[in-house]
Order: sequence, then structure tokens, then C-alpha cells
Amino acid sequence: MLTIDAEILKAIVAHARRDHPDEACGVVAGAIGSDVPSRHIPMENAARSMTFYEFDSREYLRVWREMDDQDEEPVVIYHSHTATEAYPSRTDVSFAGWPEAHYLLVSTREPDVTEVRSYRIVDAAVTEEPVRLVNATVDDMAVQSYLFGQTPVAVDYECRA
Amino acid sequence: MSIEVRVPTILRSFTGGEKAVTSTGDTIADLLTDLDAKFPGFRGRLVTPEGGLHRFVNVYINDEDVRFLGALDAKLNAGDTVTILPAVAGGQ
Repeated sequence: MLTIDAEILKAIVAHARRDHPDEACGVVAGAIGSDVPSRHIPMENAARSMTFYEFDSREYLRVWREMDDQDEEPVVIYHSHTATEAYPSRTDVSFAGWPEAHYLLVSTREPDVTEVRSYRIVDAAVTEEPVRLVNATVDDMAVQSYLFGQTPVAVDYECRA
Repeated sequence: MSIEVRVPTILRSFTGGEKAVTSTGDTIADLLTDLDAKFPGFRGRLVTPEGGLHRFVNVYINDEDVRFLGALDAKLNAGDTVTILPAVAGGQ
């Protein structure tokens, strides 16, 4: 399960919307071993593409060093899909190099609804997990803006691109 | 000359869990050969069968990505730190 502060999730979604139709990407750092994402770090998509993202290699090193200096680790690694569902693609899985992280996918394919789903990706195996929001306030003006995926009982993986 | 090498989580199974190891070499290619001798299989995770640096991996000498320094031919100097990070990327 991913437990995340509502304000941080809001900031992640805002980042994805801002960069749409390019994919957005970033990290939420947290104290090592805490599993609590606390510091949101939007990163540059060096690929600047609508269908691909990649951390800028220099920024990546700098951010990772900063985390190390502060005894933090990447609790969440997120990116957005701008035309497809919030599910890890085969490319996403092949590049998932931090097995300790929660991989958060945000889909901005619909203008009024943002899909947010979280996964563990370990040894190329994808496991969806629920997302639990902390400090969520009820916003009377908001249309339902988040859709959380529930782990399906039966999944057909054959159709995945 | 001894070079400190920082190893990401996914490669620590090769180094007995160590996140930093010491190696030697005049170039990244030499360094990887030395690392492979110490930790069999290590080099294969970074270098493709064709002999190039793997797309999934970033290697740095101090602050510079070795892709800008000649990749496997990048030169090492005494006191350099080499950092290995798995590329963070993906697509639809």
C-alpha cells in the first residue's frame, strides 16, 4: 500500500497537468526505511516526449546525492501517461531499477479526471497496490478528480502493449 | 590507482550487499573488467553483448555522465568516484 499526503498527490497531479501532453516525471523522497513520502521533487523529462520520459542524468545524480546527504531514499517514483491508462508499460517495467520504490502512474488522458494508481515493480513483476490518502480535505467545489485502481481479482495481461 | 565505485541497490547482490566498493582501472572499460573479476557477472549488467554501455544504466565519473566523456573509453584519475545508477525512464 502507498500512503501519501493529499497535498503531495495534488502537487504531483498538478505537475502532470502542467506538462501534458508531454509525460511528467519525478520523485517523492522520504526518510530511509520510513516508507513515508514527504519531499516532492518534480524532475525534468529529458526526453520531452508525449510517449517517453527519462530523468536528466545530471539532475538525477544531484537529486540522488541530496537524498543520500539527508538520509532519504526515493519512496515514490512517478510519471504520467498522457494518452493511455495509468498502468506500467513494458518499457516502464524494463526500466524499473529501484525495487524499493512505489511506482506511481498518473494518467492525464481525460481532461476532467486524473487516474492515479500505484505499483511495486520487482524483478519485472508488476503488483498493483492501493493508495491511501492522508490529510485529505473535502473540497465542495471539486468534481471527483481522482480514480484509484483497486487490485483486480482477475487480470488479463495478454492485451498489454 | 584505486577508484571508489558506488553501487545501486539492484547490483548489490553482486557485491555482497556493499553499496560502495573499491576498484582499479585507467578507463571505465578497465574498471568494469576489474569489477567483473571481483564480482562475476557485474560487467554483464552494464555492458551489452555488442560491447557498449547499456541503455538502462547511467555511469558517472564524479559529476559527469560518462556518455559525454567517451563512455567505456572515459578516462579515470586517482581520487575519482564512479557512481552507477539505473536509468529512470519509461513510456506509453
